[in-house]
Amino acid sequence: MTAEEREQLEALCRRGRRLVIETVRHAGAGHVGGPLSAMEILVTLYFKVLRVDPARPRWPERDRFVLSKGHASVGLYTVMALRGYLPVEELKTFDHMGSRLQGHPDMTALEGLDMSTGSLGQGLSVAVGMALGSMRLGTGVRVFCLLGDGECQEGQVWEAAHSAASLGLGNLVAVVDRNGLPQFAWAGRRRGEVVAWDLGRRFCAFGWQVREVDGHDVGALAQALVPSPDGPVAVIARTVKGKGVSFMENDYSWHSRVATAEELARAIAELEAPA
Amino acid sequence: MSESQRVVFGQTMVELARAHPDFVLLDGDLANSTRADILAQEEPGAFVELGIAEQNLIGVAAGLATMGFRPWVSSFAVFLVNRDLDQLRMLVAQNRLPVRLAGAYSGLMTGFTGKTHQSVEDLAVMRVIPSMTVLCPADAAEAAAAIRWAHEAPGPVYVRLCRDAVADLPPVPEPYDPGRGRWLLRGSMGTMISTGVQSTRTLEAARLLGEMGYDLGVLHLPAVKPLPEEEVLEAARLGPVWTVEEHSVIGGLGGAVAEIVSREHPQRVLRIGIEDTYGASGDNESLLEHFALTPRRVAERVRRSFPWDPGRIEVGREARRHDP
Repeated sequence: MTAEEREQLEALCRRGRRLVIETVRHAGAGHVGGPLSAMEILVTLYFKVLRVDPARPRWPERDRFVLSKGHASVGLYTVMALRGYLPVEELKTFDHMGSRLQGHPDMTALEGLDMSTGSLGQGLSVAVGMALGSMRLGTGVRVFCLLGDGECQEGQVWEAAHSAASLGLGNLVAVVDRNGLPQFAWAGRRRGEVVAWDLGRRFCAFGWQVREVDGHDVGALAQALVPSPDGPVAVIARTVKGKGVSFMENDYSWHSRVATAEELARAIAELEAPA
Repeated sequence: MSESQRVVFGQTMVELARAHPDFVLLDGDLANSTRADILAQEEPGAFVELGIAEQNLIGVAAGLATMGFRPWVSSFAVFLVNRDLDQLRMLVAQNRLPVRLAGAYSGLMTGFTGKTHQSVEDLAVMRVIPSMTVLCPADAAEAAAAIRWAHEAPGPVYVRLCRDAVADLPPVPEPYDPGRGRWLLRGSMGTMISTGVQSTRTLEAARLLGEMGYDLGVLHLPAVKPLPEEEVLEAARLGPVWTVEEHSVIGGLGGAVAEIVSREHPQRVLRIGIEDTYGASGDNESLLEHFALTPRRVAERVRRSFPWDPGRIEVGREARRHDP
């Protein structure tokens, strides 16, 4: 990745973060922490990795993307808006009656969404189905799925992980936004029991190729988000929940919290401060 | 009596696999029970084994459906309906994806497996899901017709299938149309409305009732959603209605019929089925006897619940009085 390209993507991430916080404030509801931690992942996917065409959202040969952590919808909508799927202005309709931008992604409402999600732990199974379908059709469509580390506590994730490896899906990449913070707390209290710290080994044990990267490094993400003909790939992206705004980082209350006018101003000031 | 619905299911899967490039079947390690193994044997390329992981099964089916396939998912009805409810709701029904659910081993006749494996609530649960079509074929021939129809239908479809062979109804009218109820018998004193494999037993119950002087019609419904309303209301206009199903009396056929009758043509609806309880292990005859769904027991239940003295009804023949 060239320095210029990196700077472009990083600028998009800063703009995306601001839009996420503004959109949630405008709607009076929504999730902030997860979209901020996943911003580099989403921007890298939509601007560097996915073979998609916003002008042809139903193009059969497009790569598919499943946002398994559906509550990060604002992050996805924001990046899709920046990519040209919808006007940036439309983000103001998020969560409103009649909006294409439903609280959780609804593929029947917004073209360009490849799957509806919201109930956690289900997206990877869908991605497995898409990847299997692509293999059967021989189309070369690649499938990417973004999971939260918290939802990896769901059993279905591991049903899907097992099936993906068994089917030898060489066109599937799962990326885990490993921000370490679920909505409230992890099961169990001892650090060793927190699934997040162990995800790489878990996917490896299920027969996946595992790549651990800095989830806020667009260059590293672009290198890692590549399928392997040998089978499914899991990218464990080390991230920070609420990344980019100092008072939101690593604070679980920002999982879903609406910024006050003063907080928004501070956030914007931080995001727009020269690096 | 011909083949069981499960054998017909396996055979029809082979037929569909050969006719439709968008066909694929996903199995959850039950193919030799559900008889999807017939497909695995005959058309292995159309058969995908996903192991004992039913939640994943539905997710994979949803993903395949977005890629242009019309996937069939084969498992026991209890697992599809209960374990997979969230996946069906969010991934399949909310997106109106063409996933076909073959609910094997529905009802009581599950080969001695007991209440864990007997789906007595699947119709109620599937029926409440928006966009879901719920088919309940009566016999082997109707099962084949329903499965063929389901493959081409829009949106998700649940097909309730029975493990064991049952007596055949008269041939399915061509073309198969789940939106139309089938009058198996016309009666002047009311109608028994039935669905699924119970319909043959209900028809036999009507014959027994006839011998006792109760002239009742039998209406078979090939689907409980959408409900064949025209025939149901025709029955309601004729007189009282008994619904008879191998399913809970709550929310299934009886619930569906009561909902439409109470709205369009208020009439007495008496629901016969499994009385808000679970099944048990046992042979089929003992189970049907215990849950009062044999023709004789259904006839008794209808007779005891008869809302008026049939002796006062003109039935065009010598009227007999029922027991006090």
